[in-house]
Amino acid sequence: MQFAQKLGAIIWKDFISEFRTKEMILSMCLFSFLVLIIFNFAFGLSLKFDRGMIAGILWVAFVFSGLTGLGRSFSMERDRGTLQGLILCPVSPWTIFLAKLIGVFLFTTVMEIITFFIFTILYNTTVLPFLVPLGLIIFLGTLGFTAVGTIFSAISATAKARSVLLSILFFPISVPVIIASVKATGIILSGNALQMVFPWLKILVAFDLIFLLVSYLTFAYILEE
Amino acid sequence: MNSEPYIEAKGLIKKFGHKTALRSVDICLQEGDSLALFGPNGAGKSTLIQVLCSLLQPTSGSVRIAGYEARRDREALHQIIGLIGHQTFLYPDLTAYENLKFYGAMYGVARLNDRIPEVLDLVGLSDYRNGVVQNFSRGMQQRLSIGRAIIHDPMIIFLDEPFTGLDQQGSADFMKLILQFRDQGKTVIMASHHLHLGLELCGRAAILKSGRIVYLQDVAHIPHSDFKQIYSQKVGENALHLKVA
Repeated sequence: MQFAQKLGAIIWKDFISEFRTKEMILSMCLFSFLVLIIFNFAFGLSLKFDRGMIAGILWVAFVFSGLTGLGRSFSMERDRGTLQGLILCPVSPWTIFLAKLIGVFLFTTVMEIITFFIFTILYNTTVLPFLVPLGLIIFLGTLGFTAVGTIFSAISATAKARSVLLSILFFPISVPVIIASVKATGIILSGNALQMVFPWLKILVAFDLIFLLVSYLTFAYILEE
Repeated sequence: MNSEPYIEAKGLIKKFGHKTALRSVDICLQEGDSLALFGPNGAGKSTLIQVLCSLLQPTSGSVRIAGYEARRDREALHQIIGLIGHQTFLYPDLTAYENLKFYGAMYGVARLNDRIPEVLDLVGLSDYRNGVVQNFSRGMQQRLSIGRAIIHDPMIIFLDEPFTGLDQQGSADFMKLILQFRDQGKTVIMASHHLHLGLELCGRAAILKSGRIVYLQDVAHIPHSDFKQIYSQKVGENALHLKVA
């Protein structure tokens, strides 16, 4: 009960803060919109026939835009001097991690829904028949890269060149989840059988579980430093 | 009275890279004691308070507070302490009420809706409950920071230069509050440059120099008029520039 109350309090606080400033969601949406527009102009009509490439563009928009939000997750707490206040509360590091992850995940999901809507218009893609499998892939992929991003955001928050450090740490580790997400999305958009996606889904589930476990085991030490 | 110390720090050493901020510091306080920590800038006062609060882990040594091992029982320990420091730990985009609501929820405060107006009244911010913190003056933020630190009615209060930003009235109100804490049997540890205030508000006084406690005495045994001189002798500098209330 206490765990849920504290978790909810951190998420509530982040949402109120974001609702008032709109710093994170605006920058993420603008970035993803820009990515979609640039690729649309660069590749033109040829994209219509290459579903794999379309899936790649979609995930470039998701991941890079998500990264701008991920970077702010802990750095804002550091910059405002509130991270120590948060650590001083009688709350486990895991609760702080989970609350931050849920917050970033929800903000990223909002950005992805908006991006997805624009994507279907710009790339003339019919997604209605694949909405459920696509939703599942996006959920697992987003959970994977936001989990990695949240943990590295905490590590890099104290660094001077924090955005550079976050990118250096984030991309090599999140390659499996990005590749699996792109491949699975491409298969679904191409109208292939659902069974073909299962191997990629297994990778996504395994990646998510591993990173949640790693975060659970290590976050206390990260926060301590 | 329980003979086991309420706050016990043994052989505290804290290093930041090559710099040693604390050198084998020992502290032993009983419940309800109050300690004023004095010392020049960089003496290690803030570091000591952060280590005692378990915001920083000591390089070596141990801290035991109210029977809790600082490192092992961090959550339980944080439930009974409040810290008022240089930083306010307030969220600038949230209102005064929302900040207290957040921290109150984090501490699991019972009847929070009743407690928040009580605390706002105590720190003189009842009229500003819906004001966004970033629009507050430094003094108002410090008042709210006091409210944040006592929202859960902690048994131990750490004060690190708590008068920063407070105007005369704010300082006077806060002094009364600290004396109230003492009367309620709360344990208070205060780091300050205000020699006079420290001696007035605390039962014991310690002087830190280069990470070591070089002087520790009951305030009752210190002739207040001589303390500036004692301080100068201990830290090896002219104390005349120090704030004397």
